[in-house]
Amino acid sequence: MDNNISLTLKVWRQNDAQDKGRFETYKLEAVSTDSSFLEMMDILNEQLIGEGKEPVAFDHDCREGICGMCSLYINGRPHGPDDDVTTCQLHMRKFKDGETITIEPWRSAGFPVIKDLIVNRSAFDEIIAAGGYTSISTGGVPDANAIPIPKDDADEAMDAASCIGCGACVATCKNGSAMLFVSAKVSHLALLPQGRVEAARRAKAMVSKMDELGFGNCTNTGACEVECPKGISISNIARLNREFLAAKLQD
Amino acid sequence: MKLDSKIPEGPLAQKWDNYKAGQKLVNPANKRNLDIIVIGTGLAGASAAASFGEMGFKVKNFTIQDSPRRAHSIAAQGGINAAKNYPNDGDSVHRLFYDTVKGGDYRAREANVYRLAQVSNDIIDQCVAQGVPFAREYGGTLDNRSFGGAQVSRTFYAKGQTGQQLLIGAYQALMRQVNAGTVDMYTRTEIVDYVIVDGKARGVIARDLVTGEFSRHFGHAVVMATGGYGNTFFLSTNAMGSNGSAAIKAYQKGAAFANPCFAQIHPTCIPVHGEFQSKLTLMSESLRNDGRIWVPKKKEDAEAIRAGKKKATDLSEEERDYYLERRYPAFGNLVPRDVASRAAKERCDAGFGVGTTGLAVYLDFKTAIERLGEDTIRARYGNLFQMYEKIVDDNPYKEPMMIYPAIHYTMGGIWVDYELQTTVPGLFAAGEANFSDHGANRLGASALMQGLADGYFVLPYTIQNYLADDIRTPRMTGDEKEFVEAEAAAKAKFEKLLSIKGNRSVDSLHKELGLVMWDFVGMARNKKGLEEAIEKIAAIKKEFWTNVKIPGSGKGMNVELEKASRLADFITTGDLMARDALNREESCGGHFREEFQTEEGEALRQDDKFAYAACWEYQGEDKAPVMHKEDLTFEVVKVAQRNYK
Repeated sequence: MDNNISLTLKVWRQNDAQDKGRFETYKLEAVSTDSSFLEMMDILNEQLIGEGKEPVAFDHDCREGICGMCSLYINGRPHGPDDDVTTCQLHMRKFKDGETITIEPWRSAGFPVIKDLIVNRSAFDEIIAAGGYTSISTGGVPDANAIPIPKDDADEAMDAASCIGCGACVATCKNGSAMLFVSAKVSHLALLPQGRVEAARRAKAMVSKMDELGFGNCTNTGACEVECPKGISISNIARLNREFLAAKLQD
Repeated sequence: MKLDSKIPEGPLAQKWDNYKAGQKLVNPANKRNLDIIVIGTGLAGASAAASFGEMGFKVKNFTIQDSPRRAHSIAAQGGINAAKNYPNDGDSVHRLFYDTVKGGDYRAREANVYRLAQVSNDIIDQCVAQGVPFAREYGGTLDNRSFGGAQVSRTFYAKGQTGQQLLIGAYQALMRQVNAGTVDMYTRTEIVDYVIVDGKARGVIARDLVTGEFSRHFGHAVVMATGGYGNTFFLSTNAMGSNGSAAIKAYQKGAAFANPCFAQIHPTCIPVHGEFQSKLTLMSESLRNDGRIWVPKKKEDAEAIRAGKKKATDLSEEERDYYLERRYPAFGNLVPRDVASRAAKERCDAGFGVGTTGLAVYLDFKTAIERLGEDTIRARYGNLFQMYEKIVDDNPYKEPMMIYPAIHYTMGGIWVDYELQTTVPGLFAAGEANFSDHGANRLGASALMQGLADGYFVLPYTIQNYLADDIRTPRMTGDEKEFVEAEAAAKAKFEKLLSIKGNRSVDSLHKELGLVMWDFVGMARNKKGLEEAIEKIAAIKKEFWTNVKIPGSGKGMNVELEKASRLADFITTGDLMARDALNREESCGGHFREEFQTEEGEALRQDDKFAYAACWEYQGEDKAPVMHKEDLTFEVVKVAQRNYK
């Protein structure tokens, strides 16, 4: 099963946040289709280093689809042409011999480029800091089984909580909205009795921080759900809207 | 070097209570004037930083990632142990303690492990209060499952993403403190050295990975929680950025490094497929509950499979060798990780391996699917099967999975006393970075427990005991001689790396180191091989410092420079691991010396000679380190040879 392909790569290069940036074209020969997309990037970088050029900077870490670090806008799709995967789980067998692949960073007002394909996603941390938690401190909490939680609620909370904070939802949204990310956290905590206590305050604080940081509005195109590597449902956005409205009505 | 474990007086079960009753505290007004530096934002680092912030200390927290939520704790799949005994199946603090010491092959400190078992229950309460969505029963109570090395169901889990959910819980608690202004968060920032003033850890030198600039940071105490050093092997299940540099820097500043040779090799990983491979993917240990491990009985069949002339499914039951079931009838496919890994290596080395490389064995669900149906198997392992299919492009419902052992976790680490303090006063180590609780082998679902125990429930007490004597120590400005010198030394090291301008990429050298480690300091070790490894590592070190090629400059982001700086430390770690493995003339847990095995090929401990933690003291660059012993005494546990037959 040793299949090798040759590729032409159009890669976004940008020295730093101030640089205008441009595409550079690279040829890559004999890439095994069993390698992952990021391993293909490693091969490219080894080649560039050999030629005395600067390698392409890209974010990556766990390489098993859970840390949310890898990004990359590949041929116009966040995380590339496969469903329910992060870029690190994408494999070269999804590409054809001789294909030209365009690789760009996430592009969104909320995520400024740091270098090449690396963007700054600290806005997500700021949104969590605004209220994405339960306000309890270490120790002095009740026994874990003190409050029974219906299995369905716990399972639904888990589904919302599986967001990895990669930002694909923002990158694919024509408005650059962070609604799927915010709604996943609001839903996760609102579905559990421990998080219910602060649900109204949390929804308001997180939405207001999102607006402040320059993310766009949601116009229900559903693109975020399609590109989410973890299959977070847009029904979470509906729940966020309900929570937000209820909170505003209480004011 | 003095190794004082500071184990409190009294019977084992009362030591922690006795400690807490007698420890010194810091009053709230003074806490505001005390600074704590925390390095790392994994389970141990984030939980410690959040807890210190809540208590009122001023905290500076550093991570190399773009966000604290990316730390590699997030990748843990299986679960977290606790002695809750919710299933009423006979569990207790004592039993969790006992299993952990036994699982560690009697090479851990009793008092620390007992405390770990004691606080395990608080962790579950804490996480539930944070909103961690653990799996539940229909009645609304928490669900438990069983894991290797235990006869009870004590593992709490959140789908196959337990590490992720626990880390997000700690991360959210941390971000709450960032919002409250008690924690200053430094992302994409790497600690490149510690600052020691009058023999005490008083700060760090940091390097901003975006700008390349250095900065000096003062702390009355420093906590390092930066995980393990498994990436010394280049290929491991660790994340690409996971590194042992903060630990090696601590070691070079006087902290003892304990049991560096204790590395865990996980039996069920997706095999290596080519030289471009960057990392190995773990398949959860839980798969061994239903999967059966085998290789062909006849070498001709193995050869035909490797050549692509035969498939696994072509072989009849009689032609398959279920070697774990054959060798260990009592435990079968559920023997501990170290035993399962060695058995796979033995078969592959003997020429029975499968896959294109011959370094793989089958993990087969055929029997389970026949017994339970495909739907049940999908419900249990669906996400893992999907992950396997994405990577390997084979359908594991039809063809058996192929697996092979890989480096997964390091039990060794920075030596700490009962207070988690290193041999450098004021420098603490937590989580996988310390050597504390797992002995020579870690049981499944115990890493998450230890990380959170250290951060939430141990350090908040023990660090106060240290800081109580520091309430009159004023903050330093960072302009002191020690800070200036440490920063200059760190800068000089980075300039030296950039000045080499050789011909070898960082990765090519790291891969070379990894192969030496895997071949000689991996699953099976012997005297001759280890001596050879030490020489080879020295040669790689020389090659690195004379021929590494790092494009770009020290200004702005330079990923190759970051990697080179970490590789320099991995080389030091590799040397230390080989030396420790050479010294330890016995087989225990993850450390298997071929000279010390029973007639059946099982690990043979030498309790009369090696019932100690080997603690290495740095003597300077290019000088052999000196080993000190912390003798391990077992007052409660009855030491015995492990038997899984």
